[in-house]
Amino acid sequence: MIDVTINGKKQSCGEGLTIAELLDSLGMNSRAIAVEINQQIQPRDTHCQVEVNDGDILEIVTLVGGG
Amino acid sequence: MSDSISEKPNRAEEVSGDLDQFCIAGHTFQSRLILGSGKYDSFEVMRESFEVAETQCVTIAVRREKLHDSSGRNILDFVDPSRLVLLPNTAGCYDAETAVRCAKMGREILRGLENPGADWVKLEVLGDSRSLLPDPIELLKATEVLVKEGFQVLCYSSDDPIVARRLKDAGATSVMPAGSPIGSGLGVINRNSLQIILEDLKHGDPDYPVIIDAGVGTASDVAVAMELGFDAVLLNTAVARAEDPIRMAEAMKHGVKAGRLAYQSGRIPMSRYASASSPEVGVISKRQH
Repeated sequence: MIDVTINGKKQSCGEGLTIAELLDSLGMNSRAIAVEINQQIQPRDTHCQVEVNDGDILEIVTLVGGG
Repeated sequence: MSDSISEKPNRAEEVSGDLDQFCIAGHTFQSRLILGSGKYDSFEVMRESFEVAETQCVTIAVRREKLHDSSGRNILDFVDPSRLVLLPNTAGCYDAETAVRCAKMGREILRGLENPGADWVKLEVLGDSRSLLPDPIELLKATEVLVKEGFQVLCYSSDDPIVARRLKDAGATSVMPAGSPIGSGLGVINRNSLQIILEDLKHGDPDYPVIIDAGVGTASDVAVAMELGFDAVLLNTAVARAEDPIRMAEAMKHGVKAGRLAYQSGRIPMSRYASASSPEVGVISKRQH
């Protein structure tokens, strides 16, 4: 297991997971989200290749109402 | 000095009636009302308000996905990206670096939706949470970065004409000065500065879109903004928090149209004294003056 921070919360997850696999394990609809790792945006077409590493800080965002 | 206390505004040379439209980054809009999607009591009321207002562009915000979401409802289920341009904002950002990150996240989400607004951002970089007024220095920095990154940057700005000019010079697609603080309902406070901004940004470039963003409280405020010559009005709270948001959405639609028509019609100059509407010859009264 590795430790990551997702949206400000420390969590453990399996080693060697790709972003796509992590999102699946979190049950997140991948249609309307964006992912940033260590302040770098991760384009959707890389989610199946890029692996999440120990200590990574992830932001997973979606769209909400706003002005 | 003459009695006139207001110069005639520089109105558009061509008035094209029903075809009156304006353009942002090559995208043409018939509606000059841009609505925010925040603060509605329900997604259903929001959707109905958008329909009644006949808006073609709606702002949205980028926020952390809830790790354990109970409702499972997303705003995208209530706005049709094929009919509405979705304009992601950077609300809640207080420095250029965070605003740039936020803009990139919004773009990444919208890219998957084939929305014309995918490369657009309503750039907000705020100075403090009490006034929600922009930090002009951070705003300019973020504008420069995002323009380089290929964004169409619509800048929420203060009503400072010099800042507005700097933003345009930095490549902003549109400058959007506040009428008054966000959500305040105070309307258009500083007409003089706003008129200077309009004159300045449209000088030699009449189609450059200048939009009033924030502060309006009711339909007359919107009409005032449009009468000054703004291309469009962006508002949220005035509709979303009205007692009857759907009816207010309709009022705002008419306010925008009334103000636009009045602007195109060329209003009379203001005068300190009266000017009789009835003929002055042939009156039966013998009294003079």
